[in-house]
Amino acid sequence: MSDTIVEGWELVVGLEVHTELATETKIFCSCPNRFGDEPNTNVCPVCLGLPGSLPVLNRQVVELAIRLGEAVHCDVRPSIFHRKNYFYPDMPKDYQVSQYDQPINVGGHLELPSGYRVGITRAHLEEDTGKSTHLGGDAGGRIHGSEYSLVDYNRAGVPLLEIVSEPDIRTVEQARDYVGELRAILVATGVSDAKMEEGSMRVDANVSVRRTGDTAFGTRCEIKNLNSVRSLGRAIEYEARRQIDLLEAGERVRQETRHWDEGDGRTHTLRTKEDADDYRYFPEPDLVPLAPTDQWLASARASLPALPAQRRAILAEASDRGVADPGVVSAVDRGLDQLAMEAIVAGGDPARVLVHIEHNLSGDGATVRPVRLAALTRMEVEGKLTATQAKAVLADVLAAGGDADPVAIAAAKGFEAMDTGALETAVDAAIAADPVAWDKFLGGDDKVAGAFVGPVMKATKGKADGKAVNALLRARRDATR
Amino acid sequence: MSAVDIAAAVRSGQRSAIDVVEEHLARIAERDGELHAFNLVLADDARAAAAVVDDQVAAGEDPGPLAGVPIALKDNLCTRGIPTTCSSRILEGWRPPYTATVVDRVVAAGAVVVGKTNLDEFAMGSSTENSAFGPTRNPHDPTRVPGGSSGGSAAAVAAGFSPLALGSDTGGSIRQPAALCGVVGMKPTYGAVSRYGLVAFASSLDQIGPLAETVTDAATLYDVIAGYDPLDSTSIPGPLRAVLPSLGEGVDGLRIGIVTEMRPGIDPDVLARVDAAADALTAAGAKVDEVSVPAVVYGLTAYYLIAPAEASSNLARYDGVRYGLRVDAPDTARMNAATRAAGFGDEVKRRIMLGTYALSAGYYDAYYGKALKVRRLIAADFERAYTQFDLLLAPTTPSVAFLLGAKVDDPFAMYMNDVCTIPSPLAGHPAISVPFGTGAEGLPVGVQLLAPPLEEARMFRGARVLEEAVR
Repeated sequence: MSDTIVEGWELVVGLEVHTELATETKIFCSCPNRFGDEPNTNVCPVCLGLPGSLPVLNRQVVELAIRLGEAVHCDVRPSIFHRKNYFYPDMPKDYQVSQYDQPINVGGHLELPSGYRVGITRAHLEEDTGKSTHLGGDAGGRIHGSEYSLVDYNRAGVPLLEIVSEPDIRTVEQARDYVGELRAILVATGVSDAKMEEGSMRVDANVSVRRTGDTAFGTRCEIKNLNSVRSLGRAIEYEARRQIDLLEAGERVRQETRHWDEGDGRTHTLRTKEDADDYRYFPEPDLVPLAPTDQWLASARASLPALPAQRRAILAEASDRGVADPGVVSAVDRGLDQLAMEAIVAGGDPARVLVHIEHNLSGDGATVRPVRLAALTRMEVEGKLTATQAKAVLADVLAAGGDADPVAIAAAKGFEAMDTGALETAVDAAIAADPVAWDKFLGGDDKVAGAFVGPVMKATKGKADGKAVNALLRARRDATR
Repeated sequence: MSAVDIAAAVRSGQRSAIDVVEEHLARIAERDGELHAFNLVLADDARAAAAVVDDQVAAGEDPGPLAGVPIALKDNLCTRGIPTTCSSRILEGWRPPYTATVVDRVVAAGAVVVGKTNLDEFAMGSSTENSAFGPTRNPHDPTRVPGGSSGGSAAAVAAGFSPLALGSDTGGSIRQPAALCGVVGMKPTYGAVSRYGLVAFASSLDQIGPLAETVTDAATLYDVIAGYDPLDSTSIPGPLRAVLPSLGEGVDGLRIGIVTEMRPGIDPDVLARVDAAADALTAAGAKVDEVSVPAVVYGLTAYYLIAPAEASSNLARYDGVRYGLRVDAPDTARMNAATRAAGFGDEVKRRIMLGTYALSAGYYDAYYGKALKVRRLIAADFERAYTQFDLLLAPTTPSVAFLLGAKVDDPFAMYMNDVCTIPSPLAGHPAISVPFGTGAEGLPVGVQLLAPPLEEARMFRGARVLEEAVR
């Protein structure tokens, strides 16, 4: 895909990512922070906002927020909470406790695998709301036209980190990479499981366009309801085209919040700036200022695991690839880079190791012992197994629990090495058996090669490598010229 | 009989808790129809609790420092399974699934809860006339108000319904009714007593405190309820100093300042009692002088921005969705509005509107922001005064108890009742109102002692001296 959506125009995107923190309990009470339970079972007076109840900040929430802050190079600061006031049935207190002008994490950046750097404005803490379901009528699940609504408060009070990027993103690819990289960091640091499909990571995109070369930003629209990285890309692209069309027609872009409709592939006006709520933010008097000690910050920093960028660099070096190599990126993204490293150290062929990890191993099923993977790739580079055979052997190694000897499995499957002499004999026999086809092949008709491959396979009981047979046929033809 | 005398008698087995509670229930039955101190009398629960106390004594266990002492709870303190109304229609039918920390503490100390007392709706008012269930009357003169918002608690103590009561004070809601009803009422340092289970009015100002017939009883109750609670983030960590052990140590050598700015606009009969209190303290060995705390004159204005602002947010949750009253309407927003229109009284609505306005975009800095600055100024001025003085002396109220209905149509006149009590909560400092004789019409007058944060022990010593002086 080209970086430019429409020639002469530049895309400007900033992303707001809400991610649920992977804590044991909610942000202000001791109810379990768990997805998928029976509605309204993980609730108490505090997260239901019952009269007289008071919030107490969860220590683990602060730890995870600091960890993310450190991971994206933010300045972790003393912070306070505010109340954001607006009425909504799934918000028990009719205000949301959120950090506002004094957030915990300020001014960091995130480096994409391509090396492009996206600024992080802030990453602040807030509580999640409950979840409304609109039923009855002909509403199709939307509030307008529904007969009644049900609210599940299990999610109310789940800790959220809102990570706001600078408007540094210039292409759809960068937007996707940013979300992918942020997700990888959140998972690697244990801050969040960051599953967009379960809603534990939600992305809003601020999109604007400007003529190439302009320095001032255009009017932006905020796009909501982006439920996957795919819809993020589609929505940004659609929205950018919409804005460019407006501007090229001499109209102007209205600042508004727009809803992405996955079905029709368009964004639709949700609310304009004029009918934006006045949230009447003021400092939350039920909580005290949060000022992590230097010791706390130091221990959070010390507890940080290796981050994806660092892990890509290590694996890239070990496998003699670039940091943006798809095999390297895939291994790190899926948490299989440690396996790759160990297999390479155990004498595996780096290229073949990365191929198996990228294509033949699933993230959670990767129980294969590194020495076994290493042995398998050695057989490949030594010509003892074809790529197809290796894949089949690997499947059997996994099926056997990951610690089976690939040499034994290959032997049991009859995949023992094909002697070059035996292969040549079989090829020559096949040529002799079909002189008509051989003449055609000599005449340059490569399509008839199949006429020889079949008999060779039959003669070798399938042990021959199709590529090797083709190579041999071409070698014989070249020899006659 | 005072609370400490009752506890001593019950602990020693001289009197049964059942006997004590029956005596108080009889007084309630006799006179609460007239006074309406209670929204709910918990006669059966009280008898059952008293029986438990008696069983403990019989088994040789100590039920605690409040053994068998009847106590009345302001009806904005949550009690598990028992209606908690805040004297508002909006909480109709709501029974909290949990109990306030202070209530757990008094019950653990052996106290027997006899009922939930009337208040100005959501503690907003100074006469208890803003109750959705009708006003409480002053036991000294039933044509007069008991003060508010803890008017039911003050009246209950004054009428002998219970020697102890808990109230909440945001701008004077314990001390003002205590003064008008002739009882002791104390507001602790912000954070000394847990707010967990107190239905919030203005979170940064609200404190729960004791009302009692005597200073010693109030001190005993304060020691029971004070102390860190992990459920309240604003509660002060670490142990607090008990006030009871030093209660009798007097004021010899203490420097006490009469606040100059808390005299203008105060009725002469009340000022005469403040001056008499100064004389009594001098006679007890204190050095009494005048002191200026200039910023307190802005207290009322700042308070009527900060408290309504917080209230507008705290009271948003009464939306008809989850509990309490619901007035149905075609959509959620209209249901919210209809419920709140029907469920809240005029004063609550007035303050929600004031507070919403004060926090609105474009007005925040001019109103709420400025009020916060005044608040810091008041605290700083108090701090300066406390470099020269150990305690401050002031009237509690501008006048004795006024007639029912006298100020209901003039909110500003009503607000002026709290002019002397508002500065302490704004600064987060403790203050106590002690009955000190009578004024016009022979009605009780209270004088107020103010102390630096966490100097409750010193404050109670002064209160005890005043009490002795008028005994």
